[in-house]
Amino acid sequence: MSKDLNKEAIEPRLVEELDQTNLEKIITPVLQLPLTFDPIQRINDGFKHFKINEFNKHPEYFQKLAEKQKPKFLMFACSDSRVSPTNIFNLRPGEAFMARNIANMVPAFDKLKHAGVGAIIEYAILALEVEVIMVIGHSRCGGISRLISLPDEETSYDFIDRWVSIGEPAKAKVLAEHPNATGQELQTLVEKESVMNSLGNLLSYPYVRLGIANKKLKVLGGYYDFVCGKFQFLDVHHHIEQTTNIQE
Amino acid sequence: MAHSILRSSHLYKSELPRSTSTISNSKMNFSEIEQTHLGFLNSSNLYKQLDLHFRMKDIFLRLQTSMQPSGLNPRDKSNLALRLQASRDQAALVQETSETTPNLIKNSDDDRLSFTEMKNRFLSFKKQKYLENLEHYQELAQAQAPKFLVISCADSRVCPSYILGFQPGEAFVVRNVANLVPPFENGPCETNAALEFSVNTLQVENILVTGHSCCGGIQALMSMEDEENSSSFIKNWVVVGKAARSTTKATTSNLSFDQQCKHCEKESINNSLLNLLTYPWIEERVAKGLLTLHGGYYNFVDCTYEKWTLDYQWSNPKLETGGYAIKNREFWS
Repeated sequence: MSKDLNKEAIEPRLVEELDQTNLEKIITPVLQLPLTFDPIQRINDGFKHFKINEFNKHPEYFQKLAEKQKPKFLMFACSDSRVSPTNIFNLRPGEAFMARNIANMVPAFDKLKHAGVGAIIEYAILALEVEVIMVIGHSRCGGISRLISLPDEETSYDFIDRWVSIGEPAKAKVLAEHPNATGQELQTLVEKESVMNSLGNLLSYPYVRLGIANKKLKVLGGYYDFVCGKFQFLDVHHHIEQTTNIQE
Repeated sequence: MAHSILRSSHLYKSELPRSTSTISNSKMNFSEIEQTHLGFLNSSNLYKQLDLHFRMKDIFLRLQTSMQPSGLNPRDKSNLALRLQASRDQAALVQETSETTPNLIKNSDDDRLSFTEMKNRFLSFKKQKYLENLEHYQELAQAQAPKFLVISCADSRVCPSYILGFQPGEAFVVRNVANLVPPFENGPCETNAALEFSVNTLQVENILVTGHSCCGGIQALMSMEDEENSSSFIKNWVVVGKAARSTTKATTSNLSFDQQCKHCEKESINNSLLNLLTYPWIEERVAKGLLTLHGGYYNFVDCTYEKWTLDYQWSNPKLETGGYAIKNREFWS
C-alpha cells in the first residue's frame, strides 16, 4: 500500500519536470540539428537537385530554351498544391505556358476586370502561338466548394467570392439539371461543369475564335481526380468557321 | 470553408537505394544522386546517426504529444521527419525523368498525338508516383497544408514545381504574367483571391515571389512608352509593376535596354513584396512573425538562383519612395 502511494507521489513530479522546454534543452544540443521547418533550405535543396540532375545533364536543350520558348500548350490549372500539371504530366521546361488560379477559372473577355487572365491568353496565342489550350479541373476543389456555398450570409471573403462567382453559370446549370444532387456528387458535377464553362469563356476571346476557325488552335478540358487517381478529358463540341462577307 | 490542417507523415516510403535501382539501370546515375544529397548517404556511420536522429526525434515528439494532447498540431510531428526524408528521397522520384533526353511533345496537327502523349504521361505518373506513395496521396486528398504560397510567372521555362522541386502538397502556386502582385487598392483579381485563400484559410507560413530572366512581361512593361501598338491586355496587366519601372529608369538610365530589363525584373519582385504588405491580413501576420515574405530570382541562362527575405521591420510600403529592406540574401549557382 505504501509503495503504491510512493509511486503516485513520484510520478506527477517527473511528468512536471519533463515539460517541453526541458526536453528541448536536453535533446536539441545533443542532436545539434534544426527542429523546425527551414523554408530556405527546402528550396535550396530543390534547386540544387534540379540543377545537378536536370540542367547540367541537358545543357544544349536548356541553352536553346533560354533563347526562346515555344510551348505547345497553354494550361489553366488550379493553384491547389496537389494538382500541379508539371507533376501529373511530367512536363519539362518549355512545354507548357501555365496559368494557375483558384479553381482554374477562365473569365469572359473583359479588359478592365480581367486583365491578368487576358494577358496570359493574349501572350500565349499572339506571341507564343500555342496550339492547345487546356483547362484542368480537379476533385475536392476549395474554390468550387466556396462557389457552391454562396451566398453565405455569415462570412464573406472580399476577393475569393468575387473570383469564384465566375463559375455561377456552371453551378446554375448543374442545379437545374440535377436538382437533387448534394454533397460530393454535387461538388464533382460543378467541378466538371466549371471546366466546360471556362472553355466556353475562352471562346469569348477573338483570337481564340480565330485560331479555332483557322484550325491552328484546339481547346480541351480535363479533370484530375486525386481521390481515385484518375484523369479524364472533357471535350467541348463547337463548330466555328471563318466569317464570310455578304456582298451584292 | 475551414480546412482541417492535417499533415501527412513521411513523404515517400521507399528507401533511396531500393527505389533508385528499380527505376534506373545505370549505376552512374545512382552515384550522381549520392553526390547531391547533403553527403548523408556516403558513409554508413552517418546513416546510422541519421537513424538515431530520427528515433530521438520520434521519442521527443511522442513525449511532447503526451504532454499536450489537446494542443498537438499533427503537422509538427511529421514536419521534422518530412523535411529530411523529402530531401533524401527526392532524387528517387525525379530520377526517372532525367534518364532520357527531354521528350518534347511532337509538333503535329494530329489530334490523337496530344491525347495519347498526355494519357501516357499521366499513366506513368500514376504508376511511378501516385501508386508508389498511395498512403501519402490519400492523406493529401483529405486536406492540403502547404508551407508555401509561390507566385511565379506563367513562362513555360520557370515552373516552380520543376526548378524548385515542389511535390504535391508542398506549395500553393499562383502563376500570372511577370509574377506580379497588385496592391490591395486595385480591387479583386485572380491573384489576390489566391492570396486570401492561402493566407487566411490554408495559413501558409511563407510567401515566395519568384521572378526570372528574359521575362516577356517585364520587357513589355519597360517598353510600354515606346511602342504604340503594344497589346492592350498585357499593357493593362503589367502596368501593376509601374513603380518598378520608374525606379529602374531612374537608377539605370545609362545601361542597355536588356540590362535595364534585368534590373526591373528584380525590382518588380520587391515591388510585389511591398504590395503584399498592403493587404491588412498579410501585414498582420507578417508583423506577428507568422508569415515571412521571400523574393527569388531564377536566371535560366546560367542556371543560378538568388533569394532574399523582406525585412519587415525596415520596410514600409506607405512611403512614397517605396522603402524596403532585405536580409538573408543568398546566391546559389
